Amino acid sequence: MSPVYRYFRNIGKGFWTILIGMRITMKHLFTPAVTIQYPDARMSIPERGRNRLYVNMDDCIGCNQCGMACPVDCISIETAKSLPTEDLGVTSTGQKKRLWVTKFDIDFAKCCYCGLCVPPCPTECIYMTDVYEFSEYDRSNLNYSFITLSPEEVTSKVEQAKAAEREAAAKKAAAAAAAAAQRAAQAQAPAAPAGQDQAPTSPVQQKPAEPPRPAPTGTPETKPSAPQTTPAPAPENPTPDKPDTQDKTNPKDSSD
Amino acid sequence: MHNFITYYIGTGFWGSLVSSILPLVYIMPYALVTMWLELKISAHMQDRLGPMRTGRWHGWAQPLADVTKLLQKEDIIPAAADKVLYLLAPALVFIGSYAAYAAIPFSPAYIGADINLGIFYIVAVSAIVVLGILMAGWSSNNKWSLLGAMRTAAQLVSYEIPSSLAILAVVMVVGSFNLNDVCSAQSGWFWNWFVFGKFPFLFITFIIYFIASLAETNRAPFDIPEAESELVAGYHTEYSGMRFAFFYLAEYANMFVVAAVAAVLFFGGWNSPFGAYLSGPVWGAFWLISKGMVLVFIQIWLRWTLPRFRVDQLMYLSWKILTPFALLNIFAVGLWVVLRG
Ligand code: SF4
Ligand code: SF4
Repeated sequence: MSPVYRYFRNIGKGFWTILIGMRITMKHLFTPAVTIQYPDARMSIPERGRNRLYVNMDDCIGCNQCGMACPVDCISIETAKSLPTEDLGVTSTGQKKRLWVTKFDIDFAKCCYCGLCVPPCPTECIYMTDVYEFSEYDRSNLNYSFITLSPEEVTSKVEQAKAAEREAAAKKAAAAAAAAAQRAAQAQAPAAPAGQDQAPTSPVQQKPAEPPRPAPTGTPETKPSAPQTTPAPAPENPTPDKPDTQDKTNPKDSSD
Repeated sequence: MHNFITYYIGTGFWGSLVSSILPLVYIMPYALVTMWLELKISAHMQDRLGPMRTGRWHGWAQPLADVTKLLQKEDIIPAAADKVLYLLAPALVFIGSYAAYAAIPFSPAYIGADINLGIFYIVAVSAIVVLGILMAGWSSNNKWSLLGAMRTAAQLVSYEIPSSLAILAVVMVVGSFNLNDVCSAQSGWFWNWFVFGKFPFLFITFIIYFIASLAETNRAPFDIPEAESELVAGYHTEYSGMRFAFFYLAEYANMFVVAAVAAVLFFGGWNSPFGAYLSGPVWGAFWLISKGMVLVFIQIWLRWTLPRFRVDQLMYLSWKILTPFALLNIFAVGLWVVLRG
């Protein structure tokens, strides 16, 4: 290839490629733009898109499964036990609600939208919505509270639960004292070995039969506890019922 | 009657003033429209939409907003700058572009200065732009500015040669430097325009002139003086506010100067493409501006098509391709003019 030939070929190629380029840009000038005019038009959110969480408090049983799953600890839940006389209703999945949820905050400033909190929920009440426009000038505004109780209700529920707990403790101490007295009496009897094996439970189990129940007074210490339809909460549940009360109340619940 | 203003008002102070301000009345709206066009064309060539909100309809008010913003900006003068040159440079650059409008025949009835050396005058005053850019780059006391200014000087000096040689070929055919005469020589239907009528000589001349004129406006693919990606903004790196706006305006004014000169030299200037049909003083202005705008559009089109040249490629194109071809072309045109008699 002689230099002269190369020189002219270069020029020809230069012109030709410029024309090709111009044809391409001209074609694109009339291609519809890919831009979406955002506030006026929106892209559809993918079906499984992860945006802002929502908690349907009607279904929340306050089990804190979601809070445990969250890797950044941005869900904070506080609960108060309800009284047996209070009927909190049933979730849409058929579970009985037994706890007042007195605090359910999700801090979306911390949330990484990983969605890990969604699958553990036993009642499927925490889920992703397709809201993604919730920016704020103040970061504290991103802390969303989902509870449905008013602040006064929250205080009263907490107080009431505390009172109930105190009473239960007193009752239990009394029961324990009674049981101890009984055991002391039985110590002489030959039935002692069996009673010692199940020290915490067996005496109390008999409790309903022996002392007259204080139920009519309206402040029983017995908590209506879940019959463990959800296997997981048991080890983590911050408000686990004592096995004694469980055993005690189960027959009553099932009879309902 | 080549200038209706001096014809009616006289060549005194007022006549000269009005007739010299008239192009400014054109440049301002033209620059705003072209800025908007450039935004939109570049956007659509990249499958975007460009400004869509300012002024509601397709962002038509975006240039206005930009200019208003520039007006409000602080005028910063670097502490170590050479103040006199620094302040003078934008004015000089704009003067260089604006002075060229004096000799552009906008219509059979309006040419700022109907001088016999019209095209020569345009080439000469356009060189003031180089001076202004060099001043801006030197006085800014900034390495990017200085590099940009040096590149500009090298580029403009190199490309002035093929562009002048191309102009000379047309002047040889017409036998006059006066741009009104050049227009008159192409009257009649559009096949009388030099770019078609004197095929292929003046077509090649047009290509050479157009490429060289692109380089003179410092626009892509010849934008190495500004080269955002390597030189920040080249010679106007340090400028802000109104002074920056002057450079901007000068660039757009310059784009139209080279487009108008190309329109006059090769596309019949104010001549209607359809002979006597749709011709006259007002139609003349319409045709010249339309032709100029088409060429401005091609400049924009090329800018958004081609990447930037490297410095050595730039010099190669000028000295090893355009200049030899322009020389050969001028020889061929001369021979052709002589043989035709
Ligand atoms: S999406 Fe992830 S980060 Fe956000 S609350 Fe749920 S588990 Fe926590
Ligand atoms: S996992 Fe579901 S039910 Fe349990 S606390 Fe969270 S939202 Fe409520």
